[in-house]
Amino acid sequence: MPPIERWPGLAVAAPRLTWNLQRDLHQLLQYPFMRHAFAAGAVAAVMCGAIGWFAVLRGETYAAHTLATVAFPGASGAAYLGLAPLVGYFAFAVAGAGLIAWLSPPGRVPRERHSATVGAVQAMALALGFWFVTLYRGFLSSLSGFLFGSFLGVTTDDVLVLAATAAVALGLLALLGRPLFFASVDPRVAEAAGVPVRAVSLLYLLLLGGAVAEASQFTGVLLVLALLVVPAATASTLTARPAAGLGLSLALAVGTAWAGLAAAYFTNRPAGFWITSVGFAGYVLARGASAARARQGRRGGRSAVA
Amino acid sequence: MTSADSPTVVAAGVSARVAGRVLFGGLDVTMAGGQVVAVLGPNGAGKSTFLRMLLGLHPVAGGSLEVLGDRPGRRNHDIGYLPQRRSFDPSVRIRGVDLVRLGIDGHRWGTPVPFLERLLDGDRADRRRRRLDEVIERVGAARYAGRPIGEMSGGEQQRLLIAQALVRRPRLLLLDEPLDSLDLPNQQGVAAVLRRIAAEGVTVVIVAHDVNPLLGYLDQVVYIVGGEALAGRPEAVITTGTLSRLYGAPVEVVRTPGGRLVVVGQPEAASFHAAH
Repeated sequence: MPPIERWPGLAVAAPRLTWNLQRDLHQLLQYPFMRHAFAAGAVAAVMCGAIGWFAVLRGETYAAHTLATVAFPGASGAAYLGLAPLVGYFAFAVAGAGLIAWLSPPGRVPRERHSATVGAVQAMALALGFWFVTLYRGFLSSLSGFLFGSFLGVTTDDVLVLAATAAVALGLLALLGRPLFFASVDPRVAEAAGVPVRAVSLLYLLLLGGAVAEASQFTGVLLVLALLVVPAATASTLTARPAAGLGLSLALAVGTAWAGLAAAYFTNRPAGFWITSVGFAGYVLARGASAARARQGRRGGRSAVA
Repeated sequence: MTSADSPTVVAAGVSARVAGRVLFGGLDVTMAGGQVVAVLGPNGAGKSTFLRMLLGLHPVAGGSLEVLGDRPGRRNHDIGYLPQRRSFDPSVRIRGVDLVRLGIDGHRWGTPVPFLERLLDGDRADRRRRRLDEVIERVGAARYAGRPIGEMSGGEQQRLLIAQALVRRPRLLLLDEPLDSLDLPNQQGVAAVLRRIAAEGVTVVIVAHDVNPLLGYLDQVVYIVGGEALAGRPEAVITTGTLSRLYGAPVEVVRTPGGRLVVVGQPEAASFHAAH
C-alpha cells in the first residue's frame, strides 16, 4: 500500500499543539487548505448528520455502507472516462440507490426488505470498480486516499459545489422529514394515512447516496460511516426525542469532523483515522452512559426517561 | 343501536382476491356509528385484507363497498387504523408520545421544529399538546408515554398505538388483532376503552381470531371462513349450528351459569387460504 498522505508545508513549520488556544487556532487555520478542509468537513458533516439520523432510525446503515462502496466504481469509472471524480461519485451513488430501491422485494419495512438486495448491489459495485481500475491503471496510485480519505486537495470551488449540493439535499430532506419519519417508524399506518411510502423510501435512498458521495470525498469510501452513522447512533443513544436527536446528530457530526481534522493536523496522521476515532469514542461513552442510567433507573425503581 | 342514520360502512356482495385467487366472496354488511363489530375467522381467511379494503389499500374484486359515504381510501383521515401486531424492537429510540403524534400530522410534508412551532403558533401547539395528553390519558398510558417505545412491554405499546389511531377523533376505528398477545387484565382494559369509544358514536371494527374476549360487547359479527363471508347480529350468527356449518367442524356455543356465551372448539389454527 502506498504511503499515507502527508500534509504539505510540514517540513517548514511543523504544527505543535500548545496550551494557548488562540495560538492553536491560528496554527490550524493559517493555511488555505486547512480552512477549506474545515469548511468542506462542516458541510459534509451537516448533511451526513441529518441524513444519517434517518439511516439509523430506519436500520439502513448497511445500505449506507453499500452506497459508499458504490463510490468506488464511481471514482474509478470517472477516472477512466476522464471526468471529475465528483461526477462519478454522484452518478454511481444515485444509480446505486435507484437500483436498490428497484430490486428490493415489495415489503413495507426497510429492515425486512432489502439486506439481500443491498448485498447484491454492493458485490456488483465492487466488481465494476475493479473492472474500471484494470482499464485505467493510473487510478491505483491514489487508492489509499480514495479508500481512507484525503482532505488535502479541497479547493474553494469544491467547497462551493459541496455546499450547493448539501443545500439541495437538506432542503429536500426538510420537505420530506415528517412523512419519512412516519414511514420509517410505522410504515403500515403511514401508508393508510396517505404517505407514499415507497416513493418516500426511494427519495430517501437517493439522498443517502448523495450524502455518501459527499462525505466519502473526505473520510474516504471505507470510513464514510464515521460521519454518516456514528454521530447519529450516538445521538439516538442519548435522546429519544426526534427533534433533539436530529439536532444532536448534526452537532456531533460537525464536532467529530472538526476535532478529527484538528487532531490530524497536529499529529500528522490521517484525518479519516481521527474522525472515526473521535466519533467512536463518543459512541462508546454514550452507550456507557445510557447503560449506567438504565441501571440507576432500575435500582431507584424508576424507569429511564430519555 | 342499529339506527343507521348514516352508515359508516356499506358492503354489498363484496369479494376479495389475492394474487388472482378469490379469498372470500358475497360479504353483505352495514355498520353504523356506535357499533362494535368483530371480524372473525381463522388465520389467512382474509380478515386483515378486508380491513385493508376498507382503507382503499387493497382493491375490491367484486360487489360494492362504501366507507363513510365515499369510495374506500377517500376518507382515511376520518379512520383510525391499528395494523396487525407491530412490535418495536429495543433499538427503536422513539418516545411513545412521538408515535402518537404521528397520528395527528405524520402524513404532512415538512419537518417540525418544536421550538419554531411554539414560537409561530403557540395556541395550535398547546391544543395539540392537550389532545395528545388527553388521548394518552384515555388509553391509560400517561405513566410511560415519554419512554422509548422499544423499551415498553407489548401491552404498553399496544395502548399507545391505539392512542395513535384515536388521536384524530376518527368516525371509524379499524383494529387488527388489538387483543392479541395481551394478558387478561390488559385485554379487558383495552376492550373497555374500545367500548367507551364506541359509545361516543364511533364504529369500532375489531379483527380477532378468538371471539370469546369480545363476546359481551358486540353489536355485529362478520365471519370470514373458507371463502365464505357471513355477517349478522351475534345471537343470530354465533350459534352451534351456524358456526359448525361455517367451519365444517363441530363448534359448540354454550352459555355459562353467569349468562355469558362461550365458543368452544373453534378450529383457530385451520388455515383455509394461506395468503396473508
